[in-house]
Amino acid sequence: MTGNAVSCAQLRKSYGDVVAVADLTLSVQRGECFGLLGPNGAGKTTTIEILEGLLRPDAGEVEVLGLRWADDGPELRQRLGIQLQETQLADKLTVEETLRLFRSFYTRGRTIEELLKIVELESKRTSRVGRLSGGQKQRLSLACALAGDPDLLFLDEPTTGLDPQSRRQLWMLLEQFRSRGGTILMTTHYMDEAEYLCDRVAVVDQGRIIAHGAPKELIARLGQPKVTTHHGTLEDVFMALTGRHLRDE
Amino acid sequence: MSDPNVDPPVVSGFSRTSLDPPVVSGFSRTSFDPPVVSGFSRTSFTGRPLVQLTLARMREFIREPEAVFWTFGFPIVVSLALALAFPSRADRPVAVGLYPGAATESLRSTLKGSHGITIRDVRPDDERRALREGEVNIVVVPTTPPTYRFDPAREESRLARAVVDDVLKRAAGRPEPWTAQEQPQEVAGSRYIDWFIPGLIGMGIMSNGMWGIGFGIVQARMRKLLKRMVASPMRRSEYLLAQLFARMVFLPVEVLLPLIFAVVAFGMPVNGSAVTITVVALIGALSFGAIGLLLASRARTIEAISGLMNLVMLPMWIVSGIFFSSANFPAAVQPFIHALPLTALIDALRAVILDGATLAGVRSELLVLTIWGVVPFFTSLKLFSWR
Repeated sequence: MTGNAVSCAQLRKSYGDVVAVADLTLSVQRGECFGLLGPNGAGKTTTIEILEGLLRPDAGEVEVLGLRWADDGPELRQRLGIQLQETQLADKLTVEETLRLFRSFYTRGRTIEELLKIVELESKRTSRVGRLSGGQKQRLSLACALAGDPDLLFLDEPTTGLDPQSRRQLWMLLEQFRSRGGTILMTTHYMDEAEYLCDRVAVVDQGRIIAHGAPKELIARLGQPKVTTHHGTLEDVFMALTGRHLRDE
Repeated sequence: MSDPNVDPPVVSGFSRTSLDPPVVSGFSRTSFDPPVVSGFSRTSFTGRPLVQLTLARMREFIREPEAVFWTFGFPIVVSLALALAFPSRADRPVAVGLYPGAATESLRSTLKGSHGITIRDVRPDDERRALREGEVNIVVVPTTPPTYRFDPAREESRLARAVVDDVLKRAAGRPEPWTAQEQPQEVAGSRYIDWFIPGLIGMGIMSNGMWGIGFGIVQARMRKLLKRMVASPMRRSEYLLAQLFARMVFLPVEVLLPLIFAVVAFGMPVNGSAVTITVVALIGALSFGAIGLLLASRARTIEAISGLMNLVMLPMWIVSGIFFSSANFPAAVQPFIHALPLTALIDALRAVILDGATLAGVRSELLVLTIWGVVPFFTSLKLFSWR
């Protein structure tokens, strides 16, 4: 298991009667971008938060960068970059102050200048976070995740709610992180995003992985789309697997 | 749900596929160079997490104009209002009500020339209202001998009765057995406003400590910022300590402003040393900050934290002697009142500011405050929800 950036086996987590994650096993290799796909309430966020050490599983094994949360929590935190769903950074602080704050938590990492340059927020350095656009906020949040120059990035729906330009820009940033040998584990609702960014994806539903593989393989396995108005996409695979009925939540 | 085209999910050992490297066009490539290791040293003072966390909290506070007003401006507005409502009592005359008309003419002329008496006309049908509102402290009815109508439960009323009785009897020819020598003394610090200012400072330390810390934390929790912070290598205890430290930074201003205002505007005497006052205020602020932390440990909404704060603060507003002395409460409850942090803080501030007490002189109050600081802080470390 040590060659993997992330591996977990038979993860299980329930909230009362609701089983959020049921016997979930997956591994992410070093240097790859792995996507967790699934409808709302499928258990993606619970899974990623267990892997991030923010939630304790009811059962199962987790190993991240060859370390375990119980034994090496502080060291592990130093080597991870995390972007959560729906975090709102403090509105009253400026971009630079926010970065300086997050940078102070890491023993090694990038300078504020580098971070600003990477996410192209140099011109917004003295702006209050509350005045940034959605895309700028998301890039700042990514910069906070990159402050410790992490080996592994966890991203929970990084582009939800962004306009196409901002999404593309974020994709490019993640590409660059990968090209330097970084590993990414992300969740997303956007199939085009998964198709574009991920080497492998796992489709999660009701707390289980119901399919996994490279996006192209999954598309190939599905065969020709039944309505042949377009080429097969990962979205067709997703819909075929998880059904067409609307989900609550 | 299962699709025959898809393999069962055995994930380990999966070979990595060769995806074509995607080409992003239309964007300039930013530099994602290897990190420069120098430039920002964590070991420097400003690079320390505790310093950065404290700075962040301070900045959030000073960039909130409303919070700044309630902390610094409000105490001054209150002390000004109270000074206007309760001027120095020594030369305030008693108000005597007389019915208009010829019947009260002789009473009127007798009382009129006396020092310390103001006469107001009161119609018989309006008498009760005038007494209730404090418009007059006593009504003298022209019977023989005269009838006094007053409220013995009110101090001003009893005083008015004594003054009027004295004047009327002397005018009726009562002999004076002797005349005492009077030596009027202006005892500095004995006025209501002097007594009130330390209470006001104590009240400010309590409410600013609790609101400032409680609100900030609940807001961060609602925004999922707390969760984001603990996803980083930040130490949890440092986050909580920073909330307390950020409070300490503004404390001198918070204490000095009303104090200087009272000295300049009312000539209030300050007999204690600045260091002693600071230490007492500091210990008080830490203990209310810790109580604020405890209340905010689990609250998830602004409504919840407001309710908790009011629940804790309201009883102390009443019993701890901000506006009137806590000695007014029955002896049986005194031990409880003195075990409250606000009572301890205000008692200590009054002793230090007005009587010039030393730290040793207020050690029992400081002990009470320290206990109220240490126990809630460590309890909140245990209870605190970061999600």
